[in-house]
Amino acid sequence: MLFSLLAVIVLGGIAWLVAPNMPGFFGIILPYAAVLVFLAGFVWRIMNWAKSPVPFRIPTTGGQQRSLDFIKPARLDSPFTKAGTIGRMILEVLLFRSLFRNTKAELKDGPRMVYWSSKWLWIFALIFHYSFLIIFIRHFRLFLGVDVLPFCLEAIDKVDSMLQVGIPRFYMSDALILAGLLFLLCRRLFDYKIRYISLPGDYFPLFLLLGIAGSGVLMRYFMKGDIATVKTFIVNLVSFGPISASGLPPIFFLHLLFISTLLIYFPFSKLMHMGGVFLSPTRNLPNNSRAVHHENPWNPPKKFHTYAAYEDDFRDLMDEAGLPLEITPEEAAARAGAAKE
Amino acid sequence: MSKLPNAQTLAKSINYAFPSASWMDVKPVFNPGSFCYPAKEETMAGLGMPHPHTWNPAEEDWNLPENWEEIMYNTLVDKLEKFRSFKVFMDICVRCGACADKCHFFLGTGDPKNMPVLRAELIRSVYRRDFTTAGKLLGKLAGARKLDKNVIKEWFYYFYQCTECRRCSLYCPYGIDTAEITMVARAMLHEVGLGTHWIMDPVSNCNRTGNHLGIQPHAFKEIVEFLCEDIETVTGIKINPPFNEKGHEILFITPSGDVFADPGIYTFMGYLMLFHELGLDYTLSTYASEGGNFGSFVSANMMKKLNAKMYAEAERLGVKWILGGECGHMWRVITQYMETMNGPTPSNMSVPKSPITGTVFHNAAATKMVHITEFTADLIKHNKITLDPSRNDHRIVTFHDSCNPARGMGLLDEPRYVLKAACNNFVEMPENTIREQTFCCGGGSGLNTEEIMELRMRGALPRGNALRYVQERHGVNTMACICAIDRATLPPLADYWAPGVTVTGTHELVANALVMKGEIKRTMDLRQDDLPDAEE
Repeated sequence: MLFSLLAVIVLGGIAWLVAPNMPGFFGIILPYAAVLVFLAGFVWRIMNWAKSPVPFRIPTTGGQQRSLDFIKPARLDSPFTKAGTIGRMILEVLLFRSLFRNTKAELKDGPRMVYWSSKWLWIFALIFHYSFLIIFIRHFRLFLGVDVLPFCLEAIDKVDSMLQVGIPRFYMSDALILAGLLFLLCRRLFDYKIRYISLPGDYFPLFLLLGIAGSGVLMRYFMKGDIATVKTFIVNLVSFGPISASGLPPIFFLHLLFISTLLIYFPFSKLMHMGGVFLSPTRNLPNNSRAVHHENPWNPPKKFHTYAAYEDDFRDLMDEAGLPLEITPEEAAARAGAAKE
Repeated sequence: MSKLPNAQTLAKSINYAFPSASWMDVKPVFNPGSFCYPAKEETMAGLGMPHPHTWNPAEEDWNLPENWEEIMYNTLVDKLEKFRSFKVFMDICVRCGACADKCHFFLGTGDPKNMPVLRAELIRSVYRRDFTTAGKLLGKLAGARKLDKNVIKEWFYYFYQCTECRRCSLYCPYGIDTAEITMVARAMLHEVGLGTHWIMDPVSNCNRTGNHLGIQPHAFKEIVEFLCEDIETVTGIKINPPFNEKGHEILFITPSGDVFADPGIYTFMGYLMLFHELGLDYTLSTYASEGGNFGSFVSANMMKKLNAKMYAEAERLGVKWILGGECGHMWRVITQYMETMNGPTPSNMSVPKSPITGTVFHNAAATKMVHITEFTADLIKHNKITLDPSRNDHRIVTFHDSCNPARGMGLLDEPRYVLKAACNNFVEMPENTIREQTFCCGGGSGLNTEEIMELRMRGALPRGNALRYVQERHGVNTMACICAIDRATLPPLADYWAPGVTVTGTHELVANALVMKGEIKRTMDLRQDDLPDAEE
């Protein structure tokens, strides 16, 4: 945990102290490189997973199968069709369906095992991911470089700032993403089970994201620099005509370096769950392998103890017991005799 | 085997506090009762398993083959290349911990390495070191470690404390399936000659005699005929089931445990009575006399090898389709592996159609194999059998969903439909312990062996506790199931956690309620216990 925190602090130090003096590298070269690494790395990881086949159809069935007419199937939790499977994936990816099932087990005296509904992780995971998404979309205001925003971006902006407090307008997603991240961090620190399994690779992205969100919040609400200059810089950067980054405030370099780090780190970390969830064979396959053939590309040839070999082993006993035979003991003896001659 | 503490003491002994040392520095202790006995060298050799050797988990040296490191590495590469599931599951876990308290072995032992996430990390850590840049460079800091002999021991310890029940997989936001990981880990252990007696012996038997228990053909027939005598005692009806006969419409395959062991035999009698009453055109087979598949606890190839007999026998006998009995892992294999491994089905087979109701089982169009509760539910729906549920009135029945039909198939309502027709008193256990959320019996995936009884009872705690709950609250005295391993593991579970509850197969209750043409007045159930109102 400390290692991850330290790593993020060092990164912050570099951004604050070094970056403003090397604006070309930290402002232009690194962000471009980071995006490249992210895109290439992401694609490479997905291709690498996809290279391995799915030999068996192994959905985890979360409900009733489709069988008899009078028994109602669970079309989404145990999908039989492609449409159902897409529905299941949509629920999984957009609403975290499986996490919604979460319970907390507790052993009480008696002994009595009690299961509590436990939706906190689900709620805060949703809050974090959707806040992140909204903030990302909101940043298109900076990327597009137009004065009038497309309607959907404008709408998101309106909703996000509907509390109508503060100047500049306070965005709910800014508070929510911090709340989400802090919950996930506290859970990791204070739930002894989670702390025991946590790796530096679990803390690092949390601290990094806190750094990104925190620096963004600071920049917007507290250390209001020359936003117009920053915006001009970003618009040019995004349209592949970068202008000099010198003179931009350190807090901006901090924000940018954290983001660059996240992009570079992403493909090589657990954050790839974003892509991996789509390739998970327990979720993305229909529960129809009794009805439809599933092909295993490396299916080995059949090798088994055949009935003929079995009958050879037990022919006399089977004959005595009156079990039907392919070859009677007499025939078998005659064949054995013929083979000897 | 160590002495089993009583239920209260055992429950009190569960300590959920974790060690202060990092899990990588905590080594398992191989006390008697904590591990399954190793497979015999000759059993492994007889099956052509690699590197058969004699070893003992309690000893320091496990006599691994000299190039064990190379074997393990190559096997890991092979599994990563062959199974996308495994590869993706190695990479995408975020350690959110949603799975942690979903595992019955974690709940019953408090051992952190029984949290599914940490069970997976046991192998993930090795994967990271060999296959990720961060792992290579940063080592432990990136959660990576070298595979050494202690890690192999740890794997043997914990991957035989997973019953491949997939409960954790249901709650995982990415569907990470510990069963997939356990299957790979066990396959890797088998590559260096490490297997368990309780799994490899049945596999060896099944390969040669056609069933896990090693019952030879003539003995199989004798046992079934003996059961038919019991049926005659109870019903007055003499049944002569066909064996290995060609030209019938249906081949019936069920786990051999149902032929051999109490209380499975009553379920088997139930099947025979039902088929007799229907006049079903079927045959049994002594060659394919095993529905279960302990090969599935060894490797994909072993699963395939044992399973191949089903279609081979269906072809030889010329049947149109296969009817399958009550079994858990058998149905996972049939549903998710069989047709892929051993299909396409022989040309004499066709899409299953009930000869009694005319219902076509389109859901089994490829495997051509129907579950007995699907078959019976359909009969009941169409009023093709007469049931007198009052014969089961002295029973207050609950139903244990087996892990595999629940989470590997989605067979949830069919057995309930059948049970509710066969019994007037049906009660569900608490909702977090049934259907897709069902808890393991503690002995799945080849762990139903005596020497680890305490471990099994620990793993059985969540199920046993739910049973105890409905026993106290609703007077439940019978737990029905659809699994032969359950019929072996649930009686000790019930005796331990909810004494007084009887375990039955679903078709035992069906047969008790089944009104048969020409039967004598029933005064006994299939166990030859007097029915309560028999004196009247």
